[in-house]
Amino acid sequence: MSSERSRKAERIRQIMATEGDSVERNARGFNEGRYESVARLEDYDAYKDRARAIKEDAIERLPELIERVRETVEENGGTVYVADDAADANRYVRELARERDAETVVKSKSMTTEEIDLNEALAAEGCDVWETDLGEFVLQVADEAPSHLVAPAIHQSREEIAALFNEYFDPDTELETAEELTAFAREYLGERIEDADIGVTGANFVTADTGTMALVTSEGNARKTVAVPDTHVAVAGVEKIVPTFEDLQPFVELIARSGTGQDITSYVSLFSPPVSTPPVDFDDDGPIADDPADREFHLVLLDNGRMDMREDDQLRETLYCIRCGACSNSCANFQSVGGHVFGGETYSGGIATGWEAGVHGQESADEFNDLCTGCSRCVNQCPVKIDIPWINTVVRDRRNRGAEDGRLDFLVEGLSPDEEPAGMDLQKRFFGNFSTLAKLGSATAPVSNWVAETLPSRLAMERVLGVDRRRDLPEFERETFVEWFRNRDVPRPVDADYHAVVYPDLYTNYIRTDRGKATVRTLEALGVAVEVPEVASSGRAPLSQGMIATAEDHAREVSADLEPYLEAGYDVVAVEPSDLAMFRGEYERLLDERRYQAITERSYEVFEYVYGLLENGVDPAPLRSADNGNGVGSDLAYHSHCQQRTLELEAYTTDVLERLGYDVRTSDVECCGMAGSFGYKREYYELSVDVGDRLQEQFEAPDAADRTVVASGTSCLEQLDGLLARQPRHPVSLVDPDGSE
Amino acid sequence: MQTQLETFETNLGSVRTAVTRTSPAAFQDALADVVDEPAIGAPLPFADVSLEGTGVVLEPTPDQLREAACGVTAAALGVADYGTVVLESTPAGAELAGLFPDRHVVVVRERDLVDDMAAAFERLGERFRDGDDDAVLATGPSATADMGELVYGVHGPRETHAIIVEDDAE
Repeated sequence: MSSERSRKAERIRQIMATEGDSVERNARGFNEGRYESVARLEDYDAYKDRARAIKEDAIERLPELIERVRETVEENGGTVYVADDAADANRYVRELARERDAETVVKSKSMTTEEIDLNEALAAEGCDVWETDLGEFVLQVADEAPSHLVAPAIHQSREEIAALFNEYFDPDTELETAEELTAFAREYLGERIEDADIGVTGANFVTADTGTMALVTSEGNARKTVAVPDTHVAVAGVEKIVPTFEDLQPFVELIARSGTGQDITSYVSLFSPPVSTPPVDFDDDGPIADDPADREFHLVLLDNGRMDMREDDQLRETLYCIRCGACSNSCANFQSVGGHVFGGETYSGGIATGWEAGVHGQESADEFNDLCTGCSRCVNQCPVKIDIPWINTVVRDRRNRGAEDGRLDFLVEGLSPDEEPAGMDLQKRFFGNFSTLAKLGSATAPVSNWVAETLPSRLAMERVLGVDRRRDLPEFERETFVEWFRNRDVPRPVDADYHAVVYPDLYTNYIRTDRGKATVRTLEALGVAVEVPEVASSGRAPLSQGMIATAEDHAREVSADLEPYLEAGYDVVAVEPSDLAMFRGEYERLLDERRYQAITERSYEVFEYVYGLLENGVDPAPLRSADNGNGVGSDLAYHSHCQQRTLELEAYTTDVLERLGYDVRTSDVECCGMAGSFGYKREYYELSVDVGDRLQEQFEAPDAADRTVVASGTSCLEQLDGLLARQPRHPVSLVDPDGSE
Repeated sequence: MQTQLETFETNLGSVRTAVTRTSPAAFQDALADVVDEPAIGAPLPFADVSLEGTGVVLEPTPDQLREAACGVTAAALGVADYGTVVLESTPAGAELAGLFPDRHVVVVRERDLVDDMAAAFERLGERFRDGDDDAVLATGPSATADMGELVYGVHGPRETHAIIVEDDAE
């Protein structure tokens, strides 16, 4: 296991060094473009809802829609073949090629043909196969796999492509600029298209009522691939079917914006093949014949696991995916490593876990599934609103459950009172049971901290548990936040208008107790009657390791612990955004509806709560303001937490701080890179730091370098502490009326 | 507040498509100003403007398709919000003429403009069900970023030019 972690760390290091710069530039460019482009779309959220509804309906009715497509395509003069799996699809297309004595096959970009390795199958038939999309062409020449769903050669720079082409094609004049490379490829591939006997495309969508396929492209190669050869083969997953032609509209509005950040691509082809354009025989001298009857069209609808995914309550959502790549581009880890690390045999990015597990099997998802940290930044970016982190969690859980019995289990047995199978990965088990460890660490502090920090301990932790020794370990407090509250001699206010439980999350209770105390003082200063009872940990830690059953236990305990307070009219204030995100998000899946509603309706992030109080007319005067900042300057650099931003809660913190006279500048990176336990893991430490570098860069820029650094999440604070010379602070420590930090 | 036509023109401009506005009577003169020779094209399905009598070759051979510097074809619709033109495929090969040459001149009538994609799909739905069921929503020139930088003119036209034929004043 230890050598496996080293191998993984080495692979990540190598890809970051060779491909990281290009991937980062391109993925971040797409991501920024997406934010701008969707902001220009007036009905963005309504279109997402429509797109989601269309997909839900289509997958629900899929068997019927497949038959409808068969009818309409046949009415149009084409043929439909439903292929069970990759081998079946390849056999069908090979036979077509054989019957036509096809020598040259040209293809436009299709991830589905990548999935089934169609090129290899056609090559085995003796066909000369050419990818006409320039990105795919680069990969074909370089003999590489796609590193991105939409821009498959995203990892290659212009210089690398020039070197590749110059060596491979040995042109008369060396190619250098992007213009020259494009002109060369246009001419080279233009000749292949002229010679082509068969054109192969994918399809972004297929409409059941008109037999129309939509192809979303910008180069024009798909148009030529369809127009020139007299035989057109389209290979599409069965999930590409939508019921009606008009259903295409929301997707046309969304797909390019979500993917590459363009409002629309240059071409959206809406073809109901065989197309009415006459095929072109470039060996002929006469006018291009007006004889569309010569055309042949074959639509190969691929199952390859999809119909099983449709029956799988957890993986079904994957079939709604339109493969725009938004989840990749908005993913902090993907921005650093690209699809060659964060991807399986064919697909890449967050949604790839669902695709790979569904079409290639669980093992293909295992290798990269941990790259999803559950930060949730992709969730709001997905145009069909897929809960991508949840799919990753489910697949991780299945992987844990598929694990064989391990030998070293006794080492963590005492620390792992969980519901998980005995053989699961020790590292995951260790982090997943962090609540037990924290309890023990706090009870024996400070000795536990001294012992943990000794070199032999760190070496053992690294070797056995994969905890990177370059990270500082959290230091446990002897007196927990709950104990502090219980021991304190402060009378409860009588006749308070507001009653709140401050949720003692793991970190606030055992490690960063100061921010809990600051929260209590802040709320009490605003007239809130506060309680800090013993409440179970939220289950975030086990959930992020894919330990769903354990997380479910935690959720039920939390619900039971909070129930009397909720019934008595208390609100719940969470200091840690990732725990609030559990209450608002994952608890919907972990608890029954009644218990979920009871918690979610009454829980707030601390600044969200303070904001609400101020909006309800509570006087902020007791809070510490910028001009009484106790050594803190009034200029702040604030990094909100990833899940906090997904819940759209960032503005409450900035608003309250601004009301108190602070000047707040915010980061716009997607995630700090720490993401809970991720940054502690030996195999991911360097990736975590690489992601953190982007945040560091923003906060060390001249306009932020002198500002006090503030962050809401524990992970973010740990990461910033490691990255910056300045000590970061939780924002509540600034407003705490008794702040003596 | 821009008119639909003005919005269309503005958005054509922002997707690198040059614009000429003309009356039906002045169409052939306007065309002559923007066509590069040799030019090919497909018959315009419009009553008041035509490519007959211009130098545009309407039934090109494969060689002429390969050698053409410019292609002239009609748009069935123009979508104001996006600066998009709808290019219908025809048995005469409109799709080819608008795709192979370096420069594409597209002829769109003012009366065929719609505000947005929703309206376009409504109109297209009718046409598709009536059998005109191959079309391309084309927005600006062919482009790629796959070679490390944005380049125009990949497999499709590098330059796009829209001739908007105004409605006759009644």
